Amino acid sequence: MSPDRTPAHTTSPHAVPGQAAPGQWEQSGSAGAAGRGQDVIHNIGYRGYEGPRLGRGYARRALFTQALRGAYGLGRSAKSKVLPMLLFATMCVPAALVVAIAVFAKSKDLQVTYSEYVLLMQPIIGIYLAAAAPQAFSLDLRFRTTPLYFSRPLTRGDYVAAKYAALTAALFVFTAVPLLIMYVGALLAKLGVAHQTEKFAQGLVFCALFALLHAAIAAWIAALTPRRGFGVAAIIVAITVPYFLVSALQGIAATTDKNTAIGWLGVGSPGTLLDGVQSKFLGGPSGFPAAQTLDAAQGAVYLVVLVALLACFTTLLLRRYRKAGL
Amino acid sequence: MFNPTVARLTYRALLGRRRALILCVLPALLLVVAAAVRAMNGADDAVTSQLLGGFALATLVPLIGVIAGTGAIGPEIDDGSVVYLLSKPVRRSTVIVTKLIVATGVTAVFSAVPVLIAGFVLNGNSQQLAVAYALAAVVASVAYSALFLLLGTVSRHAVVLGLVYALIWEALIGSLVEGAKTLSVQQWALALAEKVAGSGADVDSSVGLPVALVLIVVVTVGGTVLAGQKLRSLTLAAEE
Repeated sequence: MSPDRTPAHTTSPHAVPGQAAPGQWEQSGSAGAAGRGQDVIHNIGYRGYEGPRLGRGYARRALFTQALRGAYGLGRSAKSKVLPMLLFATMCVPAALVVAIAVFAKSKDLQVTYSEYVLLMQPIIGIYLAAAAPQAFSLDLRFRTTPLYFSRPLTRGDYVAAKYAALTAALFVFTAVPLLIMYVGALLAKLGVAHQTEKFAQGLVFCALFALLHAAIAAWIAALTPRRGFGVAAIIVAITVPYFLVSALQGIAATTDKNTAIGWLGVGSPGTLLDGVQSKFLGGPSGFPAAQTLDAAQGAVYLVVLVALLACFTTLLLRRYRKAGL
Repeated sequence: MFNPTVARLTYRALLGRRRALILCVLPALLLVVAAAVRAMNGADDAVTSQLLGGFALATLVPLIGVIAGTGAIGPEIDDGSVVYLLSKPVRRSTVIVTKLIVATGVTAVFSAVPVLIAGFVLNGNSQQLAVAYALAAVVASVAYSALFLLLGTVSRHAVVLGLVYALIWEALIGSLVEGAKTLSVQQWALALAEKVAGSGADVDSSVGLPVALVLIVVVTVGGTVLAGQKLRSLTLAAEE
């Protein structure tokens, strides 16, 4: 007895269990004419979805956009927009000042090169990353939404790839926009198009490397803990402590005239690793003590370590989601 | 003014499960580096001062202070379980004072003790450097704990704000703008270290000792009172 035997149901070619199943259902008399509905105990009228399915690719893109917007507080409450936007502004204003100084001093080049600017602003970038990564990863664990994601066609790899790509993109935008401001400013101040374009392109490559490595480290740490506070602190510790430590050791090595040791010590932290890579391969000035640059062997080791770190942290991140417990 | 049950719960929230390991990583790093530097360079007062002042007091103590200070109350407010604590017949100021004592203790144990050991490893306490920096770390951990506990009651983003203060204000702005150093816990602690250390060691603070002590007391007491007031009128916001 079902009061809601709508035409859509009766004419639907799908899912008429009475016709397919053998046995008792066939003996229910008016099988063909009555159609669907009589053969179930309760039919309260739920209809199956028969429209187009958007699929994995769409889910991946949606997750990517949502995480990228979330990293800047877009689509979230007004209070959560304050911190990312404030940090973004703090990141952009000095870039405009660099341009202004170059214009007023009528110098031939910007006082700070593009990749050097990113390295100078590392504390701000670190704090932004520490705030953004747990927002993207920890909250899904904390509110237990990961099982909901994985009950969709989305696979584990899709989820991790979308979130990691979103975090990388957010970090890339965060570092590349100030460089764009510097580049546009430099062009308006007529500082030599060819030279500036070359340096800007190198700066963008550096931003991409910086974003890929830091996002991988932060994403893995954030995925380990469902608590945002601990995630924030752990990411900051993992990024700044090795950097301060390696810088202090390099300073000691420089005062005792062990100049090759400075280069080897630099492998020890993400910040100094990237500093070495940009001074060796991307034409930037070295931030090491005594402006020490790398020799060929050190350069090769730096690149190998960079690739190994990227592979290691993305694999760890993927492994983390094999069992999505807390 | 001290409630053993609250103290036990706070202690377990801070050091339970794997969190003690995270807190152990930083001091262990300091000790390893101290041993390595001693093996590479031999005993040297300038290097000791550089490592203990530039690394231990500038990054280790504030970071542990942030983790312990905000971790003592932040997660409870964040997940709403502080309601169960507040509904008990315990004065709010007692809750804050107890949590402050536990947070200070944890920060001091995980920062001052390693600093003392690292100082002895680096130069065998010559010029009283190890004792001076360990004392500075103890004093700094009191002030940092009170400050970050207050932040934990005021804001959901306490950890980020604490890190902004510790890394951007003290490290970045403090090194550029001379006046910013007057409002830096690190410099107040250094003023004490300057007094204790021998005259030959170049420990220098930009704040005088009396001013530093007064400011430390003001921050600690003021932070605790304000945090107690804030906890009295705590509204639990919905999850964003």
